Amino acid sequence: MSAALLEARGIGRRAEDGAWLLEDVSLAVAPGERVAVVGSSGAGKSLLLRALARLDPIQAGEVLWRGQPVVAEEVPGFRARAIYLHQRAVLFEGSVEENIRVPLSLAIHSGREWDEGRAAARLESLGREPRFLDKPARDLSGGEAQIVAFLRAIQLDPEVLLLDEPTAALDQDAVRSIEGLVRSWHAERGGRGLVWVGHDREQAGRMADREVRLDAGRRVA
Amino acid sequence: MERRLLVAATRTVLQLALIGLVLDWVFAIRSPWVVVPLMALMALVAGVAAVRRTDRRYRGIWLNSLVSIFASSWIVTGVALLAIVRVRPWYDPQYAIPLLGMVLGNTLNGISLGLDRLTEELSSRRDRVEALLALGATRWEAAREPVRRSVRTGMIPIINSMMIVGIVSIPGMMTGQLLAGVDPLNAVEYQIVIMFLIASATALGTVGVVLLGYRRLFSPDHQFLYQQIRRS
Repeated sequence: MSAALLEARGIGRRAEDGAWLLEDVSLAVAPGERVAVVGSSGAGKSLLLRALARLDPIQAGEVLWRGQPVVAEEVPGFRARAIYLHQRAVLFEGSVEENIRVPLSLAIHSGREWDEGRAAARLESLGREPRFLDKPARDLSGGEAQIVAFLRAIQLDPEVLLLDEPTAALDQDAVRSIEGLVRSWHAERGGRGLVWVGHDREQAGRMADREVRLDAGRRVA
Repeated sequence: MERRLLVAATRTVLQLALIGLVLDWVFAIRSPWVVVPLMALMALVAGVAAVRRTDRRYRGIWLNSLVSIFASSWIVTGVALLAIVRVRPWYDPQYAIPLLGMVLGNTLNGISLGLDRLTEELSSRRDRVEALLALGATRWEAAREPVRRSVRTGMIPIINSMMIVGIVSIPGMMTGQLLAGVDPLNAVEYQIVIMFLIASATALGTVGVVLLGYRRLFSPDHQFLYQQIRRS
């Protein structure tokens, strides 16, 4: 019996030469819980997060959503509930608005409509005017791009966010904006889960309720 | 430069002389036991050549190329021999070999361009493909744009040559027929049929190989297996 929203059980991932990149790693995120995954670079943090999002094939273990293994045909639906965000925001050609609207054209989100008011309200809370939506994506700073990627994800009302060092290489202002956005998203509705990957333990302490530590592909704490 | 020109000229003479001798023998024998294996060999060489020209490869690319080139060129040449030209017997080497050769030469181009573009697009846009998957896209939704661009790239040469045929260039086959004294209108008629055959085979082969590549590079779990793409 598992009360977890998202759970990794005995995850194993091998390199091509057969060496384990991740070995027997387990992790569970309960509703409302914020978990930080920390460790030095190369410890397997990002690989674990990608495995949780089912983005990479794994050679051992399984990923469960609300206690059930995620089978192949349910993967898009699962990824719409547990959204993974890249370390460096991935934006497409076009304006900020066009970028935020990208997922609305996917079959899994077909019932959703573009809510300009909601997007504008979010931007206002970040001190940006509604015309920010018209800005070409290629003109955005790293921090702004990360904000757009974040808004694009949270408009889909995910239950879990999987964030891979979202503030790496950003200036202090941008770090504060992103941290604030993540915190307000999490507090907005009860039961939302968060997995925050980072190497800054002080920040991990701010962003999460508990910490999971990896070393050389194994869970050590 | 002079050396390369000399080598190229010598190869032209030797290769054409050799194929002339082979064709002379095949035309004289007129046996399906000779014609069919020869056609298979031609398709095999074309399938291998298509992959040799690509910058990036993945496991299974050789099989994908062979399956696509065999299926497209044999189907189209078969339709031409049985339904359009109505040759009797169907394996008459005087028709079967040159028709297949013309179809293969062009299909090979389409397949190799399509494959090259597919692996290039997917490598350079890996983060976008993954971002779509992470937002809940199916593997097809994530790959659709690269797949579309690859098919389009594979079709460019044949579409271009269909656009300019007769204006800028007179195709080799038609030139040959004219030189051999065939009535120009008759030669044109043949050429039109040939162009359509080539275009259909190229379309079939390019779409086929790109879709096979897509299935290799995206797992049923909607994962993009980017590790499989390697520089050759």
